[in-house]
Amino acid sequence: MPVSFLLVLVPLLCVIFANMPLGKAVKKLLFYFVLLFSLAQVYLVVCYKDLLTNGTIYSLTPVFKVSLAIDSLSLLLLLTIPIITVCALFIGWFTIKDEVQKYDFTSMLLMSLTGMNGLVMVNDIFSMYVFLEIVAISSFILIAFYTDIGSLEGAFKYIILSAVATILMLTAIAVFFTAAGDTSFVSISNAIKGSGRNTFLIAAMSIFVGGLLIKGGIAPFHGWVADAYSSAPAAVSVLLAGIITKVAGIYTLIRIVTTVFGFTPQLEMILLFFGAFSIILGALIAMVQKDMKRMLAYSSISQMGYIVLSLGTGTALGIAGAVFHLFNHAIFKAGLFANSAAVEEAAGTRDMDKLGGLSSKMPVTGFTSLVSSLSTAGIPPLSGFWSKLVIIIALWSSGHFVYAIIAVLASLLTLAYFLSMQRRVFFGKLKEEYKDIKEARFGVIFPAIMLSLITIGVGIFFFYVLDTFMLPVKSILG
Amino acid sequence: MYIDLVLLSLLTFFSIWAVMRGTLLRAAIALALVSIILSIIMFRLGSALAAVFELSVCAGFITVLFMSVISLTKPMNYVETMEMTKGRIKRFWYLPVIVLLFLAGLFFLNIPVHFKAQNIVSLANERAVLWNLRQFDLFGQVVVLLLGVFGIVILIKSRFEE
Repeated sequence: MPVSFLLVLVPLLCVIFANMPLGKAVKKLLFYFVLLFSLAQVYLVVCYKDLLTNGTIYSLTPVFKVSLAIDSLSLLLLLTIPIITVCALFIGWFTIKDEVQKYDFTSMLLMSLTGMNGLVMVNDIFSMYVFLEIVAISSFILIAFYTDIGSLEGAFKYIILSAVATILMLTAIAVFFTAAGDTSFVSISNAIKGSGRNTFLIAAMSIFVGGLLIKGGIAPFHGWVADAYSSAPAAVSVLLAGIITKVAGIYTLIRIVTTVFGFTPQLEMILLFFGAFSIILGALIAMVQKDMKRMLAYSSISQMGYIVLSLGTGTALGIAGAVFHLFNHAIFKAGLFANSAAVEEAAGTRDMDKLGGLSSKMPVTGFTSLVSSLSTAGIPPLSGFWSKLVIIIALWSSGHFVYAIIAVLASLLTLAYFLSMQRRVFFGKLKEEYKDIKEARFGVIFPAIMLSLITIGVGIFFFYVLDTFMLPVKSILG
Repeated sequence: MYIDLVLLSLLTFFSIWAVMRGTLLRAAIALALVSIILSIIMFRLGSALAAVFELSVCAGFITVLFMSVISLTKPMNYVETMEMTKGRIKRFWYLPVIVLLFLAGLFFLNIPVHFKAQNIVSLANERAVLWNLRQFDLFGQVVVLLLGVFGIVILIKSRFEE
C-alpha cells in the first residue's frame, strides 16, 4: 500500500473514531485531529516528497491494493488543501456557536479532506469521478449546514448543477471506457491518440470539459457559485472558494487536459474563450454587488477565468502560470472570505452600503483585506502580481495578444471593485452604529493573518516558489 | 434491437413522468418503474450483477424507503395536485421536444456516429473486478455511503429537535 493512501485513510478513520459513542471528550479532540493531520500533511509534502511519491507500506499491501500517482501538480494541491482546511477549521470552530454543530462541521471537514486528497492522487478517471462525488456531497451538506431557507436554496442550486455536470462526465466516462477498454488515464490517452478524429470521442471530451467547467464555476456555467458561496456558513465559504471549487473543477480540468486529452487547437480555443468570458463577466457583475460575499464570489469567477485562460495557451509556461494562480488565488481568496467572516461577526451585516470606516476599529482585518485585495488585483510585489505576470507572458509569447490585453484590462476592473469594497467597508468615517465594535476574535482573524503572510511571502520569495513548486509542474506535459 | 429501443423509450417516458407528476406517491412509482426497466436493460447488456443491484436496491429498497417517508407526510389535495402538475407541464413542455429535435437532427443530418468498442476486457467475473481491480473505488463508495448517512443525520437532526 502506498504511503500516500494514508492521506485518504487517516481522516476517515478519525471521523469514524470521533463519532463513536465515546463521549464528548473524544469529540473535542476533533479540532486537534484536523490541525495535527493538516500540519503533518504540509510537513510531509515539504520535507518528504519522495516518501509520498514512492513510499510503500508492505505490511498493508495484501489488504489495500491501490494504485495512486503523485506528481508535482498533485504535490502542490496536497500542500494547498491542508492550509485552507486549517483556516476553515479555525473560522468554523470560533463562529459556530452550537457545540454539536461544531463537531459535525469538523467531521464534515475531515470527510471533505478525504475526498480532496483522494481526488488529487488518483490516476484513473472513474476513481476521479468517485472522489469528485465525495467532495460534492460533503459540499452540499456543508452549504446547507444551518438548514435555513438561504442555505438550502444555495445547496439546492449546487446539487442541481452539480448533478448536470455529473451526468455529462459519467456519460463521457462510459464512452472512454468503451473506446479504451479500461478507465486509467494512460489507456484513455492512448485510445484518444489512436482514434483519429472520432466523433463520439470528441463529443465525450467536449461534454467532460463542459462538466468540469460547471464544477469550476466558470461563466456561463456559474449559476450556483454566488448563491452557494454567500449562503453557506463563513467557514464553508472559505473552504468552497479557497479549495473545493479549485480541486473539483480547475485541478481536474488541468489534470485531464494535460495528462489525458492533450492539447488541440480547438480545445485551446474553447478554453481561451471561456476563460476570457469568465474574467470579464465575473468582474463586471462583481462591480455592482452590495453584499461582500457575493462580490467575492463573482470575483472568484473572474479569477478562475485567468486560470482557464492560461491553461488555454497549451504551453508549459501557461500551465505553470495557471497552477501558480490557482495556488495564489486559493490563498488570497480564502483570506478575503475570512475577512468577510470577521466583518460579519463584528458588524452583523455584509451589506457594504451599510458599512464604513471599520479599519479604525478592526485594523488587522482592514490590513489583511487590503493585502488580499491588492494581490487579487495584481499589484506588485504581492503574489497575485507574479502569477498574473506569468499568465500574461504566456499569452503574449504564444501569440494570443488580444487575450493578453483582456487579461491586463480586467486587472484594472478587479482593482476598481476591490478599492470600492475597501472604501465602502474599511475606509472613510466610521458610522455611528459601529462606534462600539471590536476586532473579531483571534480564531477568526488568525487565518486571515496567516494567509496574508503567505501572500506577502510568496510575492517576496517569488523566484524560490516558482522554481521549487511551479515550474516543475511543466513536467506533467511529459 | 427493437426491444432495446422500446425499453429506452419506456425508460425516457417514465423518467419524464416521475418528474412531471404532482403527487409524490406516483412519482415514486414511476421512479421504481425506471429502475426496473434499467435492470432489464442491464441484464440484456450482460451485466447481471449491476442489474441485480439496481433491482434490489433502487427498485426495491429505495422505493420502500420513499413510500415509508411519503406515508409520514401530509398529502396535497386533488386541486393542488392538478395545479402543480399543470404548472410543471407548462414550464417544462419544451424539454421532451428538445430531446426529440436533437435525435431527429442526429438522424437526418447523418452525422458519422459509427463507433466501435475496442479492447473491452472480459468481465466474466464481476467479483474479481470489484475486489481486485476497483478496490480504491469501493473504498470511495463506502465513503460516499458514510457521507450520505452522516449528511442525513446532520441536516435532519436539528429538525427533529425542533
